[in-house]
Amino acid sequence: MEHRVSNAFDRAAARARCRAYRRRILEISQQVSALHVAPAFSCTEITDAAYNGLMRRGADGAPLDVFLMSKGHGCMIQYVILEEMGVLERRDLDLYCKPGGRLGAHPDYGVPGIAASTGSLGHGLGIAVGQAYAERLKKTGVRIFCVLSDGELQEGSTWEAMMMAANLRLSNLVVLLDNNDFSGLERMSEAHRAFYPVLDKARAFGWEAAEVDGHDGGAIVEAVEGRAGGDRPMLVTCRTVKGKGVSYMEHVPIWHYRSPNPEEYRRALAEIEEN
Amino acid sequence: MRNRFADVFYDLAKDDPRLCIVVADISPAGSIARFREEFPERFVNTGVAEQIMIGMAAGMAQRGLKPFAYTIATFALYRPFEMVRDDLCYQNLPVTVVGIGGGVTYSTLGATHHAQEDVALACAVPGLSVIAPCDPLEAEAATRWCATQEQGPVYLRLAKAGEPVLTADAPEPWEFGRLRTLRPGRDVCVLSYGAIMDMTLEVADRLAAAGRSVCVKSVHTVKPLDRAGVEAALKDFAHVVVIEECAPNGGLGMQVKAIAQETGAHCRLDAFSLADAFIHCYGSHADLLAEHGLSAERIAAALL
Repeated sequence: MEHRVSNAFDRAAARARCRAYRRRILEISQQVSALHVAPAFSCTEITDAAYNGLMRRGADGAPLDVFLMSKGHGCMIQYVILEEMGVLERRDLDLYCKPGGRLGAHPDYGVPGIAASTGSLGHGLGIAVGQAYAERLKKTGVRIFCVLSDGELQEGSTWEAMMMAANLRLSNLVVLLDNNDFSGLERMSEAHRAFYPVLDKARAFGWEAAEVDGHDGGAIVEAVEGRAGGDRPMLVTCRTVKGKGVSYMEHVPIWHYRSPNPEEYRRALAEIEEN
Repeated sequence: MRNRFADVFYDLAKDDPRLCIVVADISPAGSIARFREEFPERFVNTGVAEQIMIGMAAGMAQRGLKPFAYTIATFALYRPFEMVRDDLCYQNLPVTVVGIGGGVTYSTLGATHHAQEDVALACAVPGLSVIAPCDPLEAEAATRWCATQEQGPVYLRLAKAGEPVLTADAPEPWEFGRLRTLRPGRDVCVLSYGAIMDMTLEVADRLAAAGRSVCVKSVHTVKPLDRAGVEAALKDFAHVVVIEECAPNGGLGMQVKAIAQETGAHCRLDAFSLADAFIHCYGSHADLLAEHGLSAERIAAALL
Protein backbone atom coordinates (compact mmCIF):
# COMPACT_ATOMS: atom_id res chain seq x y z
CA MET A 1 0.00 0.00 0.00
CA GLU A 2 1.36 3.40 -0.95
CA HIS A 3 1.30 6.16 1.60
CA ARG A 4 1.18 9.83 0.95
CA VAL A 5 4.22 11.23 2.66
CA SER A 6 4.74 14.79 3.74
CA ASN A 7 7.12 16.68 1.50
CA ALA A 8 9.78 17.02 4.12
CA PHE A 9 10.19 13.28 4.62
CA ASP A 10 12.26 11.62 1.91
CA ARG A 11 11.95 7.82 2.10
CA ALA A 12 15.22 7.11 0.27
CA ALA A 13 17.13 9.47 2.53
CA ALA A 14 15.49 7.85 5.56
CA ARG A 15 16.57 4.40 4.37
CA ALA A 16 20.14 5.62 4.01
CA ARG A 17 20.07 7.17 7.47
CA CYS A 18 18.68 4.03 9.06
CA ARG A 19 21.30 1.89 7.34
CA ALA A 20 24.01 4.14 8.78
CA TYR A 21 22.41 4.05 12.24
CA ARG A 22 22.31 0.25 12.23
CA ARG A 23 25.93 0.11 11.06
CA ARG A 24 26.97 2.43 13.87
CA ILE A 25 25.07 0.40 16.50
CA LEU A 26 26.75 -2.78 15.29
CA GLU A 27 30.10 -1.05 15.44
CA ILE A 28 29.48 -0.06 19.08
CA SER A 29 28.29 -3.60 19.83
CA GLN A 30 31.86 -4.76 19.23
CA GLN A 31 33.12 -2.61 22.12
CA VAL A 32 30.97 -4.30 24.77
CA SER A 33 29.86 -7.80 25.65
CA ALA A 34 26.18 -7.00 25.83
CA LEU A 35 24.10 -4.48 23.97
CA HIS A 36 20.41 -4.34 23.16
CA VAL A 37 20.86 -4.62 19.39
CA ALA A 38 17.55 -6.18 18.43
CA PRO A 39 15.33 -3.83 20.48
CA ALA A 40 17.09 -0.86 18.85
CA PHE A 41 16.79 -2.28 15.33
CA SER A 42 13.11 -2.80 15.97
CA CYS A 43 12.52 0.92 16.54
CA THR A 44 15.16 2.36 14.20
CA GLU A 45 12.71 3.70 11.63
CA ILE A 46 10.29 4.83 14.36
CA THR A 47 12.95 6.88 16.11
CA ASP A 48 14.27 8.25 12.82
CA ALA A 49 10.75 9.27 11.79
CA ALA A 50 10.28 11.06 15.10
CA TYR A 51 13.53 12.99 15.00
CA ASN A 52 13.81 13.57 11.27
CA GLY A 53 10.17 13.69 10.23
CA LEU A 54 7.94 14.74 13.11
CA MET A 55 9.75 16.81 15.69
CA ARG A 56 9.93 20.48 14.91
CA ARG A 57 13.30 22.17 15.26
CA GLY A 58 14.26 25.68 16.21
CA ALA A 59 16.46 27.99 14.18
CA ASP A 60 19.56 26.41 15.74
CA GLY A 61 18.45 22.94 14.71
CA ALA A 62 17.68 21.86 18.26
CA PRO A 63 14.37 20.02 18.66
CA LEU A 64 11.46 22.03 20.02
CA ASP A 65 9.45 18.90 20.65
CA VAL A 66 10.37 16.19 23.14
CA PHE A 67 11.39 12.61 22.43
CA LEU A 68 11.00 10.16 25.29
CA MET A 69 12.24 6.58 24.91
CA SER A 70 9.97 4.72 27.29
CA LYS A 71 11.40 1.35 26.19
CA GLY A 72 14.73 2.32 27.64
CA HIS A 73 16.46 -0.77 26.28
CA GLY A 74 15.96 0.64 22.77
CA CYS A 75 18.10 3.70 23.51
CA MET A 76 21.04 2.79 21.25
CA ILE A 77 19.11 4.12 18.28
CA GLN A 78 18.44 7.35 20.13
CA TYR A 79 22.12 7.65 21.08
CA VAL A 80 23.32 7.31 17.50
CA ILE A 81 20.76 9.82 16.25
CA LEU A 82 21.76 12.27 18.99
CA GLU A 83 25.37 11.69 17.96
CA GLU A 84 24.54 12.49 14.37
CA MET A 85 22.72 15.66 15.48
CA GLY A 86 25.74 16.75 17.50
CA VAL A 87 23.83 16.58 20.79
CA LEU A 88 26.10 13.74 21.92
CA GLU A 89 29.75 13.49 20.99
CA ARG A 90 31.55 10.59 19.41
CA ARG A 91 33.49 10.24 22.64
CA ASP A 92 30.20 9.61 24.49
CA LEU A 93 29.46 6.66 22.25
CA ASP A 94 33.04 5.41 22.49
CA LEU A 95 32.62 5.29 26.26
CA TYR A 96 29.24 3.55 26.11
CA CYS A 97 28.85 1.41 29.24
CA LYS A 98 32.42 2.14 30.27
CA PRO A 99 33.89 3.91 33.31
CA GLY A 100 34.16 7.62 32.68
CA GLY A 101 31.32 7.56 30.18
CA ARG A 102 27.82 8.87 30.65
CA LEU A 103 25.82 6.53 28.42
CA GLY A 104 24.49 3.30 29.86
CA ALA A 105 22.27 0.58 28.52
CA HIS A 106 19.28 2.67 29.58
CA PRO A 107 18.76 6.41 29.13
CA ASP A 108 19.73 8.66 32.03
CA TYR A 109 17.98 11.99 32.55
CA GLY A 110 20.51 14.80 32.64
CA VAL A 111 22.44 13.47 29.63
CA PRO A 112 21.85 15.88 26.72
CA GLY A 113 18.86 14.88 24.63
CA ILE A 114 17.48 12.43 27.18
CA ALA A 115 13.99 13.34 28.40
CA ALA A 116 13.65 10.74 31.15
CA SER A 117 15.50 7.97 32.94
CA THR A 118 13.81 4.81 31.78
CA GLY A 119 14.74 1.15 31.86
CA SER A 120 12.09 -0.05 34.24
CA LEU A 121 9.14 -0.64 31.94
CA GLY A 122 5.85 1.14 32.35
CA HIS A 123 7.26 4.44 33.59
CA GLY A 124 7.78 6.43 30.40
CA LEU A 125 4.21 7.01 29.37
CA GLY A 126 3.21 8.35 32.79
CA ILE A 127 6.11 10.79 32.70
CA ALA A 128 5.20 11.74 29.12
CA VAL A 129 1.65 12.48 30.25
CA GLY A 130 3.00 14.85 32.90
CA GLN A 131 5.30 16.51 30.38
CA ALA A 132 2.51 16.93 27.83
CA TYR A 133 0.21 18.34 30.48
CA ALA A 134 2.87 20.81 31.66
CA GLU A 135 3.44 22.02 28.10
CA ARG A 136 -0.25 22.55 27.67
CA LEU A 137 -0.46 24.54 30.90
CA LYS A 138 2.43 26.66 29.67
CA LYS A 139 0.77 27.01 26.25
CA THR A 140 4.02 26.27 24.42
CA GLY A 141 2.68 24.03 21.66
CA VAL A 142 5.44 21.53 22.42
CA ARG A 143 4.56 17.95 21.49
CA ILE A 144 5.80 14.87 23.32
CA PHE A 145 6.74 11.82 21.22
CA CYS A 146 6.97 8.71 23.34
CA VAL A 147 8.24 5.37 22.03
CA LEU A 148 6.57 2.57 23.92
CA SER A 149 7.19 -1.16 23.61
CA ASP A 150 4.33 -3.58 23.29
CA GLY A 151 5.66 -5.36 26.37
CA GLU A 152 5.06 -2.17 28.34
CA LEU A 153 1.39 -2.43 27.52
CA GLN A 154 1.32 -5.29 30.02
CA GLU A 155 2.20 -2.92 32.85
CA GLY A 156 -0.84 -1.63 34.72
CA SER A 157 0.88 1.73 35.10
CA THR A 158 0.78 2.16 31.32
CA TRP A 159 -3.00 1.90 31.39
CA GLU A 160 -3.25 4.41 34.22
CA ALA A 161 -1.34 6.75 31.91
CA MET A 162 -3.51 5.83 28.91
CA MET A 163 -6.57 6.72 30.95
CA MET A 164 -5.22 10.06 32.17
CA ALA A 165 -3.88 11.14 28.78
CA ALA A 166 -7.34 10.81 27.31
CA ASN A 167 -9.05 12.33 30.36
CA LEU A 168 -6.81 15.36 30.09
CA ARG A 169 -7.31 15.57 26.32
CA LEU A 170 -3.59 15.62 25.63
CA SER A 171 -3.59 16.15 21.89
CA ASN A 172 0.10 17.11 22.13
CA LEU A 173 1.04 13.55 23.12
CA VAL A 174 1.91 11.00 20.45
CA VAL A 175 2.81 7.42 21.32
CA LEU A 176 4.72 5.42 18.75
CA LEU A 177 4.22 1.81 19.76
CA ASP A 178 7.07 -0.50 18.78
CA ASN A 179 4.89 -3.54 18.26
CA ASN A 180 7.53 -6.20 17.62
CA ASP A 181 5.49 -8.89 19.34
CA PHE A 182 8.34 -10.01 21.57
CA SER A 183 8.91 -9.38 25.23
CA GLY A 184 12.04 -10.72 26.86
CA LEU A 185 10.89 -14.30 26.99
CA GLU A 186 8.60 -15.14 24.13
CA ARG A 187 6.20 -14.07 21.42
CA MET A 188 3.55 -11.98 23.10
CA SER A 189 0.65 -12.73 20.80
CA GLU A 190 1.07 -16.44 21.60
CA ALA A 191 1.74 -16.16 25.32
CA HIS A 192 -0.90 -13.51 25.99
CA ARG A 193 -3.55 -14.01 23.37
CA ALA A 194 -6.33 -12.29 25.27
CA PHE A 195 -4.38 -9.05 25.12
CA TYR A 196 -5.02 -8.52 21.41
CA PRO A 197 -6.02 -6.55 19.41
CA VAL A 198 -4.22 -3.50 20.81
CA LEU A 199 -5.64 -0.87 18.50
CA ASP A 200 -9.19 -1.36 19.73
CA LYS A 201 -8.08 -1.02 23.32
CA ALA A 202 -6.40 2.31 22.66
CA ARG A 203 -9.53 3.58 20.92
CA ALA A 204 -11.71 2.32 23.74
CA PHE A 205 -9.57 4.39 26.12
CA GLY A 206 -10.35 7.52 24.10
CA TRP A 207 -7.24 7.67 21.94
CA GLU A 208 -7.00 8.25 18.24
CA ALA A 209 -5.16 5.22 16.89
CA ALA A 210 -3.67 4.04 13.62
CA GLU A 211 -1.59 1.06 12.55
CA VAL A 212 1.32 1.19 10.11
CA ASP A 213 4.38 -0.72 8.94
CA GLY A 214 6.87 0.35 11.58
CA HIS A 215 9.81 0.03 9.24
CA ASP A 216 8.34 2.59 6.86
CA GLY A 217 9.15 5.96 8.37
CA GLY A 218 7.05 7.71 5.77
CA ALA A 219 4.00 5.79 6.87
CA ILE A 220 4.63 6.75 10.49
CA VAL A 221 4.99 10.42 9.62
CA GLU A 222 1.86 10.34 7.53
CA ALA A 223 -0.18 8.62 10.23
CA VAL A 224 0.74 11.29 12.76
CA GLU A 225 0.51 14.32 10.49
CA GLY A 226 -2.64 13.03 8.85
CA ARG A 227 -4.47 12.49 12.11
CA ALA A 228 -8.06 13.49 12.51
CA GLY A 229 -7.12 16.15 15.01
CA GLY A 230 -9.32 17.20 17.88
CA ASP A 231 -8.37 16.81 21.47
CA ARG A 232 -7.35 13.17 21.69
CA PRO A 233 -3.85 11.82 22.26
CA MET A 234 -2.63 9.61 19.46
CA LEU A 235 -1.17 6.12 19.39
CA VAL A 236 0.43 4.72 16.27
CA THR A 237 0.86 0.97 16.40
CA CYS A 238 4.01 0.35 14.40
CA ARG A 239 4.28 -3.26 13.24
CA THR A 240 7.95 -4.06 13.63
CA VAL A 241 10.42 -6.91 13.58
CA LYS A 242 12.72 -7.29 16.55
CA GLY A 243 16.26 -7.36 15.16
CA LYS A 244 15.09 -5.97 11.81
CA GLY A 245 17.70 -6.06 9.08
CA VAL A 246 19.83 -8.94 10.33
CA SER A 247 18.29 -12.30 9.43
CA TYR A 248 19.68 -14.33 12.30
CA MET A 249 18.49 -11.76 14.83
CA GLU A 250 14.96 -11.34 13.57
CA HIS A 251 12.37 -12.80 15.97
CA VAL A 252 15.11 -14.56 18.01
CA PRO A 253 14.82 -13.64 21.70
CA ILE A 254 18.53 -14.16 22.55
CA TRP A 255 19.32 -10.99 20.62
CA HIS A 256 17.30 -8.94 23.06
CA TYR A 257 20.56 -8.51 24.94
CA ARG A 258 23.63 -9.88 23.22
CA SER A 259 26.45 -8.49 21.15
CA PRO A 260 27.36 -10.32 17.93
CA ASN A 261 30.76 -12.07 17.84
CA PRO A 262 33.21 -10.98 15.11
CA GLU A 263 31.87 -13.43 12.53
CA GLU A 264 28.27 -12.54 13.31
CA TYR A 265 29.25 -8.89 13.13
CA ARG A 266 30.61 -9.29 9.60
CA ARG A 267 27.47 -11.10 8.48
CA ALA A 268 25.25 -8.44 10.05
CA LEU A 269 27.12 -5.62 8.33
CA ALA A 270 26.85 -7.37 4.98
CA GLU A 271 23.11 -7.91 5.37
CA ILE A 272 22.51 -4.31 6.35
CA GLU A 273 24.29 -3.05 3.26
CA GLU A 274 22.07 -5.28 1.11
CA ASN A 275 18.83 -3.94 2.62
CA MET B 1 -1.87 19.48 59.76
CA ARG B 2 -3.88 18.75 56.64
CA ASN B 3 -5.77 22.03 56.83
CA ARG B 4 -2.65 24.05 57.56
CA PHE B 5 -0.95 22.38 54.60
CA ALA B 6 -3.90 23.36 52.39
CA ASP B 7 -3.89 26.96 53.62
CA VAL B 8 -0.18 27.43 53.07
CA PHE B 9 -0.25 25.72 49.70
CA TYR B 10 -3.05 28.00 48.55
CA ASP B 11 -1.25 31.12 49.77
CA LEU B 12 1.93 30.20 47.92
CA ALA B 13 0.30 28.76 44.81
CA LYS B 14 -1.87 31.75 44.09
CA ASP B 15 1.33 33.72 43.52
CA ASP B 16 3.47 30.99 41.95
CA PRO B 17 1.98 29.58 38.74
CA ARG B 18 4.44 26.68 38.81
CA LEU B 19 2.86 25.16 41.90
CA CYS B 20 0.40 22.37 41.05
CA ILE B 21 -1.22 19.59 42.99
CA VAL B 22 -1.82 16.08 41.69
CA VAL B 23 -4.09 14.00 43.89
CA ALA B 24 -5.29 10.42 43.72
CA ASP B 25 -8.96 10.51 44.59
CA ILE B 26 -8.54 12.37 47.85
CA SER B 27 -8.29 16.05 48.46
CA PRO B 28 -7.34 18.25 51.33
CA ALA B 29 -10.52 20.17 51.95
CA GLY B 30 -10.71 23.86 52.68
CA SER B 31 -8.17 25.95 50.86
CA ILE B 32 -7.38 23.31 48.26
CA ALA B 33 -11.03 23.32 47.20
CA ARG B 34 -10.68 27.07 46.71
CA PHE B 35 -7.44 26.53 44.81
CA ARG B 36 -9.19 24.06 42.54
CA GLU B 37 -11.98 26.54 41.84
CA GLU B 38 -9.61 29.37 41.05
CA PHE B 39 -6.94 27.38 39.20
CA PRO B 40 -8.70 24.27 37.87
CA GLU B 41 -5.89 23.34 35.49
CA ARG B 42 -3.31 23.22 38.25
CA PHE B 43 -5.35 20.71 40.21
CA VAL B 44 -5.27 17.21 38.71
CA ASN B 45 -7.11 14.23 40.12
CA THR B 46 -5.77 11.01 38.64
CA GLY B 47 -8.47 9.00 40.40
CA VAL B 48 -7.64 5.74 42.09
CA ALA B 49 -4.37 5.58 40.19
CA GLU B 50 -1.26 6.39 42.18
CA GLN B 51 1.40 5.33 39.70
CA ILE B 52 0.27 7.94 37.21
CA MET B 53 -0.01 10.47 40.04
CA ILE B 54 3.73 10.16 40.66
CA GLY B 55 4.67 9.69 37.01
CA MET B 56 2.76 12.79 35.98
CA ALA B 57 4.27 14.81 38.80
CA ALA B 58 7.72 13.79 37.55
CA GLY B 59 6.97 14.81 33.97
CA MET B 60 5.48 18.11 35.10
CA ALA B 61 8.56 18.88 37.19
CA GLN B 62 10.84 18.10 34.23
CA ARG B 63 8.99 20.70 32.22
CA GLY B 64 9.33 23.44 34.81
CA LEU B 65 6.37 23.02 37.15
CA LYS B 66 6.50 22.33 40.90
CA PRO B 67 3.98 19.62 41.65
CA PHE B 68 2.85 18.24 44.96
CA ALA B 69 1.48 14.69 44.82
CA TYR B 70 -1.07 14.13 47.53
CA THR B 71 -2.91 11.14 48.91
CA ILE B 72 -3.08 8.77 51.88
CA ALA B 73 0.47 7.92 52.95
CA THR B 74 0.30 4.22 52.14
CA PHE B 75 -0.93 4.95 48.62
CA ALA B 76 1.40 7.90 48.14
CA LEU B 77 4.50 5.88 48.92
CA TYR B 78 3.91 2.12 48.85
CA ARG B 79 1.69 1.62 45.82
CA PRO B 80 3.83 3.76 43.48
CA PHE B 81 7.10 3.07 45.27
CA GLU B 82 9.07 2.41 42.10
CA MET B 83 7.75 5.61 40.55
CA VAL B 84 8.86 7.53 43.63
CA ARG B 85 12.25 5.86 43.42
CA ASP B 86 12.89 6.00 39.68
CA ASP B 87 10.81 8.89 38.40
CA LEU B 88 11.35 11.31 41.28
CA CYS B 89 14.51 10.30 43.12
CA TYR B 90 16.69 8.82 40.38
CA GLN B 91 15.88 11.86 38.26
CA ASN B 92 16.22 14.14 41.30
CA LEU B 93 13.11 16.23 40.68
CA PRO B 94 11.73 18.80 43.13
CA VAL B 95 8.40 17.07 43.72
CA THR B 96 6.82 16.82 47.15
CA VAL B 97 4.98 13.59 47.88
CA VAL B 98 2.51 14.35 50.65
CA GLY B 99 1.41 11.34 52.66
CA ILE B 100 -1.66 11.90 54.79
CA GLY B 101 -2.28 9.63 57.75
CA GLY B 102 1.33 8.79 58.49
CA GLY B 103 1.87 6.07 61.08
CA VAL B 104 -1.31 4.55 62.46
CA THR B 105 -3.33 7.76 62.26
CA TYR B 106 -6.11 5.97 60.38
CA SER B 107 -6.84 3.98 63.46
CA THR B 108 -10.08 2.33 62.38
CA LEU B 109 -9.14 1.40 58.82
CA GLY B 110 -6.82 -1.54 59.37
CA ALA B 111 -3.21 -2.05 58.39
CA THR B 112 -3.88 -1.45 54.68
CA HIS B 113 -4.08 2.20 55.73
CA HIS B 114 -1.27 2.20 58.28
CA ALA B 115 1.89 3.87 57.01
CA GLN B 116 3.80 2.28 59.83
CA GLU B 117 7.11 1.82 57.98
CA ASP B 118 6.87 4.81 55.62
CA VAL B 119 9.63 6.86 57.20
CA ALA B 120 12.05 3.92 57.23
CA LEU B 121 11.29 3.11 53.61
CA ALA B 122 11.55 6.70 52.48
CA CYS B 123 14.85 7.15 54.33
CA ALA B 124 16.27 4.19 52.40
CA VAL B 125 15.81 5.84 49.01
CA PRO B 126 18.82 7.88 47.85
CA GLY B 127 18.10 11.57 47.43
CA LEU B 128 14.69 11.59 49.07
CA SER B 129 14.30 14.08 51.89
CA VAL B 130 11.91 12.99 54.62
CA ILE B 131 10.03 15.55 56.67
CA ALA B 132 7.54 14.68 59.38
CA PRO B 133 6.14 17.76 61.16
CA CYS B 134 4.78 17.32 64.65
CA ASP B 135 2.02 19.93 64.64
CA PRO B 136 0.22 22.41 62.36
CA LEU B 137 2.92 25.04 62.80
CA GLU B 138 5.67 22.68 61.73
CA ALA B 139 3.45 21.52 58.88
CA GLU B 140 3.22 25.13 57.77
CA ALA B 141 6.98 25.69 57.89
CA ALA B 142 7.65 22.41 56.11
CA THR B 143 5.11 23.09 53.37
CA ARG B 144 6.61 26.51 52.80
CA TRP B 145 10.06 24.98 52.51
CA CYS B 146 8.89 22.26 50.11
CA ALA B 147 7.11 24.74 47.87
CA THR B 148 10.12 26.99 47.52
CA GLN B 149 13.00 24.50 47.32
CA GLU B 150 14.60 23.31 44.10
CA GLN B 151 16.98 20.68 45.40
CA GLY B 152 15.05 17.45 44.96
CA PRO B 153 12.20 15.17 45.98
CA VAL B 154 10.63 15.22 49.43
CA TYR B 155 8.36 12.84 51.29
CA LEU B 156 6.23 15.04 53.53
CA ARG B 157 4.55 12.91 56.13
CA LEU B 158 1.53 14.49 57.72
CA ALA B 159 -1.05 13.11 60.12
CA LYS B 160 -4.59 14.23 59.40
CA ALA B 161 -6.61 17.09 60.81
CA GLY B 162 -7.13 18.40 64.31
CA GLU B 163 -3.69 17.89 65.81
CA PRO B 164 -2.92 20.33 68.65
CA VAL B 165 -0.39 23.13 68.27
CA LEU B 166 2.69 22.04 70.23
CA THR B 167 5.46 24.32 69.08
CA ALA B 168 4.09 27.86 69.50
CA ASP B 169 6.56 28.52 72.32
CA ALA B 170 9.50 26.59 70.95
CA PRO B 171 12.74 28.47 71.59
CA GLU B 172 14.13 27.59 68.15
CA PRO B 173 12.64 28.12 64.69
CA TRP B 174 11.94 25.34 62.19
CA GLU B 175 14.91 24.90 59.94
CA PHE B 176 15.19 22.18 57.30
CA GLY B 177 17.71 19.52 58.29
CA ARG B 178 18.23 20.80 61.84
CA LEU B 179 17.09 19.35 65.13
CA ARG B 180 14.79 21.78 66.83
CA THR B 181 14.62 22.21 70.57
CA LEU B 182 11.02 22.40 71.70
CA ARG B 183 11.80 22.34 75.41
CA PRO B 184 15.21 22.91 76.95
CA GLY B 185 16.48 20.54 79.66
CA ARG B 186 19.66 19.01 81.14
CA ASP B 187 19.24 15.39 82.17
CA VAL B 188 17.33 13.60 79.47
CA CYS B 189 17.05 14.42 75.77
CA VAL B 190 14.01 13.05 73.95
CA LEU B 191 14.10 12.94 70.14
CA SER B 192 10.80 12.58 68.36
CA TYR B 193 8.93 13.58 65.21
CA GLY B 194 5.44 13.53 63.77
CA ALA B 195 2.09 13.42 65.50
CA ILE B 196 3.38 11.24 68.33
CA MET B 197 5.12 14.37 69.64
CA ASP B 198 1.96 14.94 71.65
CA MET B 199 2.67 11.75 73.58
CA THR B 200 6.38 12.59 73.75
CA LEU B 201 5.61 15.84 75.53
CA GLU B 202 3.42 13.96 77.99
CA VAL B 203 6.32 11.58 78.64
CA ALA B 204 8.50 14.64 79.24
CA ASP B 205 5.92 16.00 81.69
CA ARG B 206 5.93 12.74 83.61
CA LEU B 207 9.73 12.67 83.76
CA ALA B 208 9.75 16.30 84.87
CA ALA B 209 7.23 15.49 87.58
CA ALA B 210 9.68 12.84 88.77
CA GLY B 211 12.39 15.48 89.04
CA ARG B 212 14.20 15.08 85.69
CA SER B 213 15.16 18.05 83.59
CA VAL B 214 13.96 17.01 80.13
CA CYS B 215 14.97 18.43 76.79
CA VAL B 216 12.64 17.64 73.86
CA LYS B 217 13.87 17.99 70.30
CA SER B 218 11.84 17.70 67.13
CA VAL B 219 13.55 15.64 64.46
CA HIS B 220 11.13 16.98 61.86
CA THR B 221 13.67 16.36 59.10
CA VAL B 222 14.40 12.67 59.45
CA LYS B 223 16.46 12.75 56.27
CA PRO B 224 18.90 14.33 55.82
CA LEU B 225 19.31 13.66 59.52
CA ASP B 226 21.05 16.35 61.53
CA ARG B 227 23.90 14.05 62.42
CA ALA B 228 25.86 16.75 64.21
CA GLY B 229 22.79 17.56 66.28
CA VAL B 230 22.28 13.90 67.18
CA GLU B 231 25.98 13.51 68.05
CA ALA B 232 25.77 16.56 70.28
CA ALA B 233 22.72 15.16 72.07
CA LEU B 234 24.49 11.83 72.61
CA LYS B 235 27.49 13.66 74.01
CA ASP B 236 25.75 16.31 76.09
CA PHE B 237 23.07 14.21 77.78
CA ALA B 238 23.42 11.26 80.12
CA HIS B 239 20.22 9.78 78.77
CA VAL B 240 18.85 9.98 75.21
CA VAL B 241 15.43 8.65 74.25
CA VAL B 242 13.89 8.22 70.82
CA ILE B 243 10.11 8.03 70.49
CA GLU B 244 8.70 7.50 67.02
CA GLU B 245 5.59 6.30 65.26
CA CYS B 246 7.41 4.07 62.81
CA ALA B 247 8.46 0.46 62.53
CA PRO B 248 11.77 -0.22 64.30
CA ASN B 249 13.75 -1.44 61.28
CA GLY B 250 15.31 1.59 59.64
CA GLY B 251 13.55 4.14 61.77
CA LEU B 252 15.09 7.02 63.68
CA GLY B 253 15.81 4.87 66.73
CA MET B 254 17.98 2.52 64.72
CA GLN B 255 19.74 5.43 63.07
CA VAL B 256 20.49 7.11 66.40
CA LYS B 257 21.78 3.82 67.82
CA ALA B 258 24.09 3.51 64.82
CA ILE B 259 25.46 7.01 65.38
CA ALA B 260 25.91 6.24 69.08
CA GLN B 261 27.88 3.12 68.24
CA GLU B 262 29.98 4.88 65.62
CA THR B 263 30.85 7.75 67.95
CA GLY B 264 31.39 5.64 71.06
CA ALA B 265 28.63 7.42 72.96
CA HIS B 266 28.41 6.55 76.65
CA CYS B 267 24.92 7.79 77.41
CA ARG B 268 21.97 5.58 78.19
CA LEU B 269 19.93 5.20 75.02
CA ASP B 270 16.34 3.99 74.76
CA ALA B 271 14.22 3.79 71.63
CA PHE B 272 10.47 3.34 71.42
CA SER B 273 8.81 2.61 68.12
CA LEU B 274 5.83 0.83 66.64
CA ALA B 275 6.06 -2.94 66.88
CA ASP B 276 7.49 -4.90 63.98
CA ALA B 277 4.06 -6.38 63.47
CA PHE B 278 0.73 -5.87 61.81
CA ILE B 279 -1.95 -5.38 64.39
CA HIS B 280 -5.60 -6.28 64.01
CA CYS B 281 -7.04 -3.65 66.25
CA TYR B 282 -9.44 -0.73 65.81
CA GLY B 283 -10.08 2.32 67.95
CA SER B 284 -8.60 5.74 68.57
CA HIS B 285 -5.10 6.73 67.48
CA ALA B 286 -4.04 6.37 71.12
CA ASP B 287 -5.63 2.92 71.28
CA LEU B 288 -3.58 1.77 68.32
CA LEU B 289 -0.36 3.24 69.62
CA ALA B 290 -1.02 1.45 72.91
CA GLU B 291 -1.56 -1.81 71.04
CA HIS B 292 1.85 -1.22 69.48
CA GLY B 293 3.24 -0.77 72.99
CA LEU B 294 3.36 3.01 73.00
CA SER B 295 1.72 5.09 75.73
CA ALA B 296 3.06 7.96 77.81
CA GLU B 297 2.50 5.96 80.97
CA ARG B 298 4.33 2.89 79.73
CA ILE B 299 7.25 4.82 78.22
CA ALA B 300 7.67 6.99 81.32
CA ALA B 301 7.59 3.90 83.52
CA ALA B 302 10.31 2.30 81.42
CA LEU B 303 12.48 5.39 81.68
CA LEU B 304 12.18 6.06 85.40
